[in-house]
Amino acid sequence: MAEVRLEAVTRRFGKVTAVDGVSLTVPDGSFVVLLGPTGAGKTTTLRLVAGLERADAGRIRIAGHDVSDWPPARRDVAMVFQQYSLYPHLSVRDNLAFPLRSPLRRLGAGEIDRVVGEVAEMLHISHKLDNRATQLSGGEMQRVSIGRALVRRPAVYLMDEPLSSLDAKLRAELRIELKRIQAELGATMLYVTHDQIEAMTMATHVGVLREGALVQFGSPREVYEDPDSVYVATRLGQPRINVAPSHLFPALDLPPGASLIGLRPEHIEVGGNAPNPVKARVGRIEHMGDQTRMHLLVNGASLVTLTDPHTRMQPGEEVPIAAVAPLFFDGDGRRIRRSGSMP
Amino acid sequence: MSAYSITEPSRRQKWIAGTLVILYALITMAPLAWIFLTGFKSPPDSISYPPKVVFTPTLEGYVNLFTTRSRQTREYLDSLGPARTWYEEIVRKREMVIAGPSKFGERFKNSVIIGFGSTFLSVFLGTLAAYGFSRFKVPLKDDLMFFILSTRMMPPIAVAIPIFLMYRSLGLSDTHLGMILLYTAVNISLAVWLLKGFIDEIPIEYEEAALIDGYTRLQAFYKVVLPQAATGIASTAIFCLIFAWNEYAFALLLTSGTAQTAPPFIPTIIGEGGLDWPAVAAGATLFLLPVLVFTILLRKHLLRGITFGAVRK
Ligand SMILES: Nc1ncnc2c1ncn2[C@@H]1O[C@H](COP(=O)(O)OP(=O)(O)O)[C@@H](O)[C@H]1O
Ligand SMILES: [Mg+2]
Repeated sequence: MAEVRLEAVTRRFGKVTAVDGVSLTVPDGSFVVLLGPTGAGKTTTLRLVAGLERADAGRIRIAGHDVSDWPPARRDVAMVFQQYSLYPHLSVRDNLAFPLRSPLRRLGAGEIDRVVGEVAEMLHISHKLDNRATQLSGGEMQRVSIGRALVRRPAVYLMDEPLSSLDAKLRAELRIELKRIQAELGATMLYVTHDQIEAMTMATHVGVLREGALVQFGSPREVYEDPDSVYVATRLGQPRINVAPSHLFPALDLPPGASLIGLRPEHIEVGGNAPNPVKARVGRIEHMGDQTRMHLLVNGASLVTLTDPHTRMQPGEEVPIAAVAPLFFDGDGRRIRRSGSMP
Repeated sequence: MSAYSITEPSRRQKWIAGTLVILYALITMAPLAWIFLTGFKSPPDSISYPPKVVFTPTLEGYVNLFTTRSRQTREYLDSLGPARTWYEEIVRKREMVIAGPSKFGERFKNSVIIGFGSTFLSVFLGTLAAYGFSRFKVPLKDDLMFFILSTRMMPPIAVAIPIFLMYRSLGLSDTHLGMILLYTAVNISLAVWLLKGFIDEIPIEYEEAALIDGYTRLQAFYKVVLPQAATGIASTAIFCLIFAWNEYAFALLLTSGTAQTAPPFIPTIIGEGGLDWPAVAAGATLFLLPVLVFTILLRKHLLRGITFGAVRK
């Protein structure tokens, strides 16, 4: 396992700058999650580390070596592709053994069998080992492609939304399993996901990409609680953070320049004895099973918060609400921190 | 199963479709069957009118195909004593003796060398070129692909005279190498275009995965691309072989001895009083076999095309 460093890496495709001067250190043994909407450059970042793309500028180091000019095979990385790529002409067993049979590795047949058996067991695909790769369901294929990375002990694992095509139950199971494997092996992991639970529960560090640029990097808690911008704040949190004009709550003590406030559900206190409350009207109440969302209308703005599933509040009802320790942003969405609390 | 299933045809539909298929098969097979049967007829039976469907089969056609014979007097034949082999006996009945083997074996061998040689070369070069065009940034790619296609825009025979003259001065006339190069030149554009289509269909992620897993590009090509292109390679090989195997005009023009293939040779098999139809039919029957066997051997790969694309792209 090893540390991975990107130093001001840029990759352009014609007019599009897919990765824009990204500097990022994935510490040895850490689990770094990249977040960002489609087209933010997450996949390209992984491909740059893997050596499938050449950087137009900047250097990439793995375990201290400058690998910028190395071919993929020499970089000692394993990658799970966003679009799974099992070899359709091979059985599941041969797919899993394929990386171990590389001329670079020269493992004995017994050793290969043992490793393949172990990984298949772990991913619950032992009974499918002799099937053709094309005879599997989507979820099984995805597990095999994760397995094809796990049979190796590379310097770094690169995973591009590996759990996205699985059903919820399997996703939860594999999330725990992957995290366990990573922790056990002390593996270095660079992981792309859209899933907030994956980001919050698995990551030791989260990097947020925006149009190819790394806009914030820190622990999941930091990124969630202390975002640098509206953009970063909206990456994490279900329901999304509410962004509203700052004058919505007249009682708030605004720092200079603040024109927007960000309110996560936990920043909104409904009813009770909140000081200086504002009147809100209850809109829809959505029962989503694991959470219950309540829409609130305040002076023409719409806010979403969470409530208890057996709430006795009714749509149309008026309730007092207050903002508790919200986030402040300027007109361009940049975070404004109170002087003194600046990190 | 419901009576109105959309996926399962009704009995009546099956019956009609089956009848049509069998009728079509009969119509296309009839000439082949006729050639096959004629090969086992005696020369008089083969030209009798009305044509005979029931006849006494004989191997005379095959014996005549593989031998040259000379007519002898009764006395001379009697002086030879009894025939030692079954084929001598057949020939003696026509008051002839076997003078030696015919050229058919050699011509057939030429066909095999030239047909399979040019097929191998076309597919080999075609696969590499198609892979290059499919995967790499090639300057003027579209123009080059169009140029390759344009070599087939006129019938090859239109350039017969220049090729004849070139081959004469290069010493390629009537050589195996000359014919292999010629058929390869004609087939290569088809091979590149067909194979590029097939290779384009293979997602590039497969090779990228192999590169990351510790394989070189050449190893990835060999281990990942080739097996998945097997369908395309097999069908391309069949097309190339059929062209090279059946080609008549260039073979007639450019070969006469050492490198002559079977197509220009078969019609020259002359027997007593004109064409020896049973021998010609026997030659045609044997001539059909290699392509038939080749196609059957590759059938497995052609069928595999059906499962192609079962993996999400
Ligand atoms: N091979 C390519 N050719 C041209 N543009 C590309 C290529 N790969 C990625 N891009 C562009 O780069 C940007 C980032 O893409 P990508 O890294 O795939 O984003 P993400 O994985 O975050 O969705 C997108 O605008 C995409 O269209
Ligand atoms: Mg992506």
